Amino acid sequence: MADQRIKFYQTGTFTVGNRLLDPERRTVQARMERTNSLDSGHRACQGCGEALGARYAIDAAMRASNNRLVAVNATGCLEVFSTPYPESSWKIPWLHSLFGNAPAVAAGVAAALEAKGRSDVRVVAQGGDGGTVDIGFGCLSGLFERNDDVLYLCYDNGAYMNTGVQRSGSTPPAARTMTTPAVGPSPGNSFGTGKNLPRIAMAHAIPYVATASVADLHDLEAKVTKATMLRGARYIHIFVPCPLGWAHDPALTITIARLAIETGLFPLFEAERGRVVARTTIRRKVPVEQYLEPQGRFKHLFGDPPDHKTIGAIQAIADENIETYNLLPPEDGVGHEALRNHA
Amino acid sequence: MAAAVALCRPEVISCYPITPQTHIVERLSEMVRKGEIGSASGGCRYINAESEFGALSILIGASAAGARAYTATASQGLLFMTEAVYNASGLGLPIVMTIGNRAIGAPINIWNDHSDSMALRDAGWIQLHAESNQEAVDLHIQAFRLAEALGCPVMVCMDGFVLTHAYEPVDLPTQAQVDAYLPPYEPIQLLDPDDPMTIGAMVGPEAFAEVRYLAHHTQLRALEEIATLKAEFLRQFGRESGGLTECYRTGDAETILVALGSVNGTIRDVVDEMRDAGVPVGSLKIGAYRPFPVGAVREALHPCKRAIVVEKDLAPGKGGIVSSDVKMALRGLPVIVQTVIAGLGGRSITKASLIRMINEARAGKLDEPHFLDLDWDVIRTELARRRQRRRAGPTAEHVLRQVNAVASKVV
Amino acid sequence: MVTAAELVAIAAFLDGKYAQAFPSFGSERMGAPVMAFCRMSDRAIRLREPVMNPDALIIQDPTLLHQVDLFAGLSPSGYLLLNTSQELSELGLDDLVARLPADHVRTVPATDIALAQTGRPIPNAALIGGLAAQTGWVTLEAVRKAIGRKFPGRIGEANAAAAAAVYEAIRSLQPSEAGTGSPLANAN
Repeated sequence: MADQRIKFYQTGTFTVGNRLLDPERRTVQARMERTNSLDSGHRACQGCGEALGARYAIDAAMRASNNRLVAVNATGCLEVFSTPYPESSWKIPWLHSLFGNAPAVAAGVAAALEAKGRSDVRVVAQGGDGGTVDIGFGCLSGLFERNDDVLYLCYDNGAYMNTGVQRSGSTPPAARTMTTPAVGPSPGNSFGTGKNLPRIAMAHAIPYVATASVADLHDLEAKVTKATMLRGARYIHIFVPCPLGWAHDPALTITIARLAIETGLFPLFEAERGRVVARTTIRRKVPVEQYLEPQGRFKHLFGDPPDHKTIGAIQAIADENIETYNLLPPEDGVGHEALRNHA
Repeated sequence: MAAAVALCRPEVISCYPITPQTHIVERLSEMVRKGEIGSASGGCRYINAESEFGALSILIGASAAGARAYTATASQGLLFMTEAVYNASGLGLPIVMTIGNRAIGAPINIWNDHSDSMALRDAGWIQLHAESNQEAVDLHIQAFRLAEALGCPVMVCMDGFVLTHAYEPVDLPTQAQVDAYLPPYEPIQLLDPDDPMTIGAMVGPEAFAEVRYLAHHTQLRALEEIATLKAEFLRQFGRESGGLTECYRTGDAETILVALGSVNGTIRDVVDEMRDAGVPVGSLKIGAYRPFPVGAVREALHPCKRAIVVEKDLAPGKGGIVSSDVKMALRGLPVIVQTVIAGLGGRSITKASLIRMINEARAGKLDEPHFLDLDWDVIRTELARRRQRRRAGPTAEHVLRQVNAVASKVV
Repeated sequence: MVTAAELVAIAAFLDGKYAQAFPSFGSERMGAPVMAFCRMSDRAIRLREPVMNPDALIIQDPTLLHQVDLFAGLSPSGYLLLNTSQELSELGLDDLVARLPADHVRTVPATDIALAQTGRPIPNAALIGGLAAQTGWVTLEAVRKAIGRKFPGRIGEANAAAAAAVYEAIRSLQPSEAGTGSPLANAN
């Protein structure tokens, strides 16, 4: 048989345990010896994107750190569903302190390990968007500017989910939450508000910033692995759908995450010391309606008649991202695999 | 103070500046950079935190990872880290923190009183109060040992400016002496990849009360431990420092003054002076405010006729805080307990005022609570002014103008 | 001025006495009126109140003379040392001077002396030499050592020289040996 170039979309599908893929390039999740650091038995909702993201990320970090990892968790869904008293689903050393201080607590753990000559043990801090972007923002910025040796993982589901879906600084425009209800002249979250944490992280010129998604397991694992091997302050912002808060079918978690990427609403990129150094291009651009419509939190945009103006405004955001990060592949048809440098 | 802390071989120090503790943390940062602090494992890391909340949070992580941890704060800073203060004691982490006692605003005030540590008195930390800079040095050394023995964080309270900015002779122990008294930190719980555990889980109604009782129990154990550590300190360092309480000429005293912190020095001079004039007074210093030494206080005060609690704090709408504790300790006994609110916001407590107050008390003429050296004319004027119009303006500015502390006027 | 009080305390300590020094507490701000206190004793000092009745008063900044009642509480047999190149009568202090023992009030141009010796018009260390000469409560030797401890190297030496110069200037005016006692000094 002639040598055939196998395009990634044939071999590297998002199926865990893909037999066509070189064993070296299989995901951590596909391996027998994955640590399952977030063990089964936790109390997450059906289809929880965060549970998936955390397991993917921590298992990758464990592999990259030779199983020498300490995790510090902010208050939030992940903390609550993973430690239902008297059980814990964590198989690694794990500390939960408060809602707004995970970055600082992690910095303290890292300092202690360094003082004791145990810098071989790595530190991961994790929190939801609320704990990271809002209440933990001061501590996070402190960690960044001091360049403390911590990898911070933000699981972004766009609202305070644990407390019942309230708006955060990461809630997307037009999204319905309990504190940005779909009523009045501008239903849902306001346009022109919110923080772009990855860009803020970049503004601190820290060694490594990346965005990742549960829809692209290889990409997420590669980024976590790469980040774990570095020293200093590192930040990965992970897109995790929430079937409950977003009011979508729990079977569609990965699909919706993929649509966010393919519309351009959630760009995947990496940055080092404030400059974008790599991004994942979009295979096939998709209009934002396809992403928005399956989610109940955007239901008010699809009335009779649909709110074309708002949908158009969201499309504009997607288009701007595509332009900013150059997300559409060039004409020569080279797939996004070639452009991705971290495989 | 920095030298005393350094002798205790801290491994992680994280600080945020606030008057009046800044020089302590500045000096510590210098000592760390110069490699003058040698911990059991080798290094000491100094982290400039982005806020007091950040500083204590950093220490929570550090302590859970097995490092001996230290910080200092006061007033607004202590309040800003309140969530972390409760978290640290709830988790049982043996962090030591210096409080340079300072008033809490509004109105903003940088001078000494006890409102800050009082605000956090029930947060589960052990609270020790130093009478002098010597005792402050000694208490820090005892504090680390106490905290680690019990798995409970400790605040060492010292009066802002009065002690923190005073020059006085202090005997600094040698490193060898401190090492003999304070062994390396052996954690009760540890974040260790070789022995993973989950720390900080949510606890529901089925178990919360038991966990909280155990925290209370730990403080009760501290009653004994503090006394033990004082005795051992005396043996090893040759000096009486710390302890739950200290009596001065209380044996046959008819009136006993009760106080926390540096005012005890002034009070002893008052006692001596009045004794010379034939008045049977004595004083009781409370060295450990949490746990509250109910037994020792009762023991010291029960024979006297009158206990006058001189406190640098105020519970608005109620009156005294420490006096309530003393009353509780003396329940069932016929001792008259009087409350004297003094020294708020750094107003000096003078011998003359104390003597005058004691004589008024002995004559049965002291109001309850009594506000020492309060300018009642200012109060009356201000209350009258407020009655005149609804938009009376900010209280503080008008009072300042009355006492002539403000030169400018609003046109 | 805070430093001056500290220097007195250190000097007293070096002379084998107990000492306590503290400022009248305010925000760190250059140019604001500042008071500092020092107590010396042969016994341990427990008192923590400001010095209400000083036995000695040093005034570093005579422009404050008529703004605040600096002399309130000054003991009738107290010492007064003023940093000025003017005469007492020019300063409008005749009444006060009459209340105190004649040889207890001295003026000295300490700023000028300090400028000459150290190159900077900061008289606080120098004035302590004056206190030593006036009262005898601390020795010049202790003052010099205290200055050396607080200020390193050549700055210390220069300030110590300034203190010695002020000491000599005052000494030359003294009719007899100054007394001791249980002194309380208020340095302003």
